[in-house]
Amino acid sequence: MSCLVEIKNLSFSYQDGRTALQELDLSICEGEKVGIVGSNGAGKSTLLLQLNGVLQGTGDVRIAGDQVCRQNLGRIRSLVGLVFQDPDDQLFSPTVFEDVAFGPLYMGLDESAVSLRVREALESVGMDGMEERVPNRMSLGEKKLVAIATVLAMRPRILALDEPTAALDARARRTILGVLKHLDETLVVATHDLSLVAEVLDRTIVMDRGEVVADGPTAEILRDEAFLAEHGLI
Amino acid sequence: MQGSTRSPETGGMRSLDPRTKVVAVVLFILAVNLIPAGAWPVYLVLLALLWSAAVVLHVGMLVLLRRSLVAVPFVLAVVVLPFTTPGAAIYELPGLGWQISREGMTLFLTILCRFFLAVQAAVLLAASTPVSELLWGLRKLGVPTTLVAIIGFMYRYLFVIGEEAGQMIRARAARSAQIPHHRRPSVFWQGRVSGLMVGSLFLRALARSERIYVAMLSRGYDGHPRSMLHLRMVAWDWIVVIGSGLLLALILWGRMA
Repeated sequence: MSCLVEIKNLSFSYQDGRTALQELDLSICEGEKVGIVGSNGAGKSTLLLQLNGVLQGTGDVRIAGDQVCRQNLGRIRSLVGLVFQDPDDQLFSPTVFEDVAFGPLYMGLDESAVSLRVREALESVGMDGMEERVPNRMSLGEKKLVAIATVLAMRPRILALDEPTAALDARARRTILGVLKHLDETLVVATHDLSLVAEVLDRTIVMDRGEVVADGPTAEILRDEAFLAEHGLI
Repeated sequence: MQGSTRSPETGGMRSLDPRTKVVAVVLFILAVNLIPAGAWPVYLVLLALLWSAAVVLHVGMLVLLRRSLVAVPFVLAVVVLPFTTPGAAIYELPGLGWQISREGMTLFLTILCRFFLAVQAAVLLAASTPVSELLWGLRKLGVPTTLVAIIGFMYRYLFVIGEEAGQMIRARAARSAQIPHHRRPSVFWQGRVSGLMVGSLFLRALARSERIYVAMLSRGYDGHPRSMLHLRMVAWDWIVVIGSGLLLALILWGRMA
């Protein structure tokens, strides 16, 4: 397996001086299913935003060998699909079709290819036939599924999801888990939901105060309850 | 949107190009506002024209009238005109002694007619045009991209922000308890709390706008809107545009004659 994500010595501080990431070293290989867990403020979401250059810290972040920098942002963003926690942030267009078509259109694809990608992406999350729906009138679970489709339509190699099951009821959560299990892309999921991690993701990275404090097979990490409690996870 | 699913060639007036509708509505509103005060038959003709268009465009009369009610609060701004405009008194309010003048009443009713015709025309435009097409039409007519984007986001997020406001109001109501024999806080204090809630809502909207922008950047947004709509002006479009222009010209000519 080749390394798709390579992060070396990455640090990042917000403008208010709050340090979010500290000298992070990390690599993720093609096809891996990785969970990033940690308490609130651990740096999980900040790390996801570094993967496609929305935030850029000091250090070296490479996606499929390309450095994440201003010159490469277009290519990087076609490789890394980011799904945000609140689907209302992600779904900004008047209809589902337009939202799912947004990424492929900006990639410069011709219209028949865009339409095909929209159809396939919606089918893969079980939301086919919803093209003309208005996001305002959809349930949270439906919005989360369409949000995933918006990045699947770009056929990224890495799918980075921020809290995909937050605030969902049991049925909607089960649907999301079913969708995630069947995705072939490399998955990076920032979450508090340890049962999601146990069920879907093979590798777990534990973060605390901007640092990686553990990185290994999910089963091994989740077995150590004292360690999880120490880092505010249970 | 979904590519060009509309077929303007076959739809006749029912699938007018959004540009046509925008131009026609703007010309109609201009015409309505140029009609001299008290020219009631002309207002009736324009109302008939508008309602005919609603029938052709398959917009229910009830929808048109109900949505026009949104403008009612603005009528309050002119409700004093019958009392303040100098002229021959036609009625005196019993007890108060306030006189309603003929000129004031004519002015008030004229503004009312103009107002409701203009609002109904705008409602007709909004109700008969999918929002994606309307935004596309505005862009094609040269409305600045930023302004069109603001309109689009307003449409998408008005309900989201409205819902947040509703949640805040419910949260305030849930904690607005009262103990027997204790006075309620002053109106000034309650006003201050409401002001802070508005401020908080603004900050939340601002934070959300930043998150939306980041989500757009993540999917390649470069500031230039892209669309899969390709609409063409057809014969019906030109007939409607020219007809609206002639209507305006006729009213202008009538004013000058």
